[in-house]
Amino acid sequence: MIIDLPSTTTSQLNAKLVDLRMRGGAVALGRVLTLVIATDDSVELEDAIEAANDASRMHPARIIVAARGSRSAAPRIDAQIRVGGDAGAGEVIVLRLYGALARQADSAVVPLLLPDAPIVTWWPGHGPRNPAADPLGALAQRRITDSAAEKQPVRALRARAEHYAEGDTDLAWTRLTLWRAQLVAALDLPPYEPVTSATVTGQADSPSTELLAGWLADYLRVPVDRVKAAEGEQGIVGVRLERDSGPIELYRPDGRIGTLTQPGQPTRRIALQRRSVSDVLTEELHRLDPDEIYARALAGLRLLKARRKAGAA
Amino acid sequence: MKPQNWVNPLRDERDKRLPRIAGPCGLVIFGVTGDLSRKKLMPAVYDLANRGLLPPGFSLVGFARRDWADQDFGQQVHDAVREHARTPFKESVWARLAEGLRFVPGSFDDDEAFARLAKTVAALDEERGTGGNHAFYLSIPPAAFPTVTQQLAEHGLAGGDQPPNVWRRVVIEKPFGHDLASARELNRVVNAVFEEESVFRIDHYLGKETVQNILALRFANQLFEPIWNANYVDHVQITMAEDIGLAGRAGYYDGIGAARDVIQNHLLQLLAFTAMEEPLSFEPSQLRAEKVKVLRATKAVGPFDQTTARGQYAGGWQGGVKVRGLLEEEGFAPDSTTETYAAVTLAVQNRRWAGVPFYLRTGKRLGRRVTEIAVIFKRAPHLPFDHTATEELGQNALVIRVQPDEGVTLRFGSKVPGSTMEVRDVTMDFGYGHAFTESSPEAYERLILDVLLGEPSLFPANEEVELSWQILDPVLEHWARSGKPEPYAPGSWGPPSADAILARSGRHWRRP
Repeated sequence: MIIDLPSTTTSQLNAKLVDLRMRGGAVALGRVLTLVIATDDSVELEDAIEAANDASRMHPARIIVAARGSRSAAPRIDAQIRVGGDAGAGEVIVLRLYGALARQADSAVVPLLLPDAPIVTWWPGHGPRNPAADPLGALAQRRITDSAAEKQPVRALRARAEHYAEGDTDLAWTRLTLWRAQLVAALDLPPYEPVTSATVTGQADSPSTELLAGWLADYLRVPVDRVKAAEGEQGIVGVRLERDSGPIELYRPDGRIGTLTQPGQPTRRIALQRRSVSDVLTEELHRLDPDEIYARALAGLRLLKARRKAGAA
Repeated sequence: MKPQNWVNPLRDERDKRLPRIAGPCGLVIFGVTGDLSRKKLMPAVYDLANRGLLPPGFSLVGFARRDWADQDFGQQVHDAVREHARTPFKESVWARLAEGLRFVPGSFDDDEAFARLAKTVAALDEERGTGGNHAFYLSIPPAAFPTVTQQLAEHGLAGGDQPPNVWRRVVIEKPFGHDLASARELNRVVNAVFEEESVFRIDHYLGKETVQNILALRFANQLFEPIWNANYVDHVQITMAEDIGLAGRAGYYDGIGAARDVIQNHLLQLLAFTAMEEPLSFEPSQLRAEKVKVLRATKAVGPFDQTTARGQYAGGWQGGVKVRGLLEEEGFAPDSTTETYAAVTLAVQNRRWAGVPFYLRTGKRLGRRVTEIAVIFKRAPHLPFDHTATEELGQNALVIRVQPDEGVTLRFGSKVPGSTMEVRDVTMDFGYGHAFTESSPEAYERLILDVLLGEPSLFPANEEVELSWQILDPVLEHWARSGKPEPYAPGSWGPPSADAILARSGRHWRRP
């Protein structure tokens, strides 16, 4: 069910939500968090809502979409409430904010937050340089950006590293989980030798590749080479960890199937397909505490940068 | 060998994103053509693969008396996965898994077949890098255990003959014997070949999220533990009901009965989780220590003709279908005394639970399929309301719904709106499905993964199995001496004698 409330206020919206709950009980289920989606009023909006609806099947949420409309229009809120079949396992409130309100999204969002439940803010497209200082980010325990969706992904990622605050996270980081899991598991096997250096290959503007290199640099404390992939290769292409007895290599040229080679083990093929937005968002919502490992991977970017310069000099 | 001081530099215990991937290993299933294997095990293996939790190179070997090649077996697994897997079918995941499928035809007394199995396993270590680590899943009747474990030992497949950092584990399913003596014998047979720490006894109830949630509910909250004792709890009811009958299962069930089939394992494990003291930590050994303690304190309360009941479903109409009684089911003797309903009264003899009866019941062809633990609290000691105001007020209750509709219900009194003071029962409901996930992993997924990881918390140890029989044996002996079970109508909640057990103390069974 979709209910349109053009040119409305948050009190009217709240009254309507209570009314819906009284009449239908449709939205009375246990919700574990409020997910605020900060976006522009554009075509990507529906994709973001769809991904959030999928994720809400795992983590039932009240989803509040703060969509910034034209700033030159007269200030008003056009709202829409979606429940039942149109809203996954929670309820969706879409706020289209015009005029001065477009800059004051928090004033429209705050009255609609669920009591007590944690708040997560997600920027599916372009996000702020400093998420924790953004009004919608400041509300939240957890702030999810997506560097890969920026025009200059790597630059955006580095800005976020500068402004990192506890609770920040990025979907470029989430996309790495399968890779990291395989690499960690590979080091659990004999021979138990230290890694002497590492190489990470990927698309020039792939923030996930940067983060993978940063993570390795910070945890291994060895030189990490960041190599640009050939034309046509997508995202992360390969990782190579050098050890005395021979390298561990995880290589994914086609974006789907990875090959893991390491000394003393037969070559193995691993399904490493790129993950959908709803999949990574679901993983993100699993934990709401600060991600210290992400913080260290961001810190590792600095090690990378310094070494690169040193290599050039 | 792994050096003592080796630390994986990439591992960070705070890293909760990383899934627990098992190390290199393979799984060998005996009785791979059976129902359990087709409907639960093979789909669970695929679901694990799909969630990225199996090691690269994971291999699945089937062993059965069929004239199949690897491809035929692959087709069987494919069909089973297609039909029963929980997660969507992905060709790329399936292709990786299918590379590791092998089939060894043969019967359990066939030396040659086991020699072929040994060769297959060795070849997998070579080709797929399973590293010599294999789990043997015995999805076969317990009568065949001695033969199979013996064969495994003779062909060098069991644990004893392996280098130090290689593991061999064995997984067995209930029934773990039919009384204390036979359970001990079974343990002896299995332990002769596999050390106790490599034996994983599957009780699929323990793989359920709701059962693990009992621990979270009790020990992570301040709210419930202070009242979780004889001062506040009146009694506890643990129910596992099924609405289906036993058509086609006579071979397994006749002579076993409901108490042996369900109470001895599932219900006593649920009791242990409900009644145990707080473990020092969730280390497997600590958890087991507390479960063993509480089972040791548990006794069946007599006199048994007043505190226990057993029944046999009769024929009649159930839910719009005409069904046959047990004695008319194919395969059951017309004078069978096998019970399809069993209820017992237990006491946990420690300070926390002194005087609190635990009522356990299970049955086939009951009202509906449900498993739940109901903790019923005492009435408030003094009610400042007059009698008419609280006529409709029952006892407060906390109900843990294990399946279906997993969750927790809290029942308490609330004022009925209006000008008079009238208090009536209301319920507050937590639905696991609502608050978390529509697709929580199947119990078998969790348990198979735990076997591969060597994580024994969710598997009953042999001491627990023997203690459970010790609790139940006196009741079974009493029943064996006292004639036939009482018939009950299909679709009802059991025979009248079951109601009488609770009625004697002014209580009644909850209608689940």
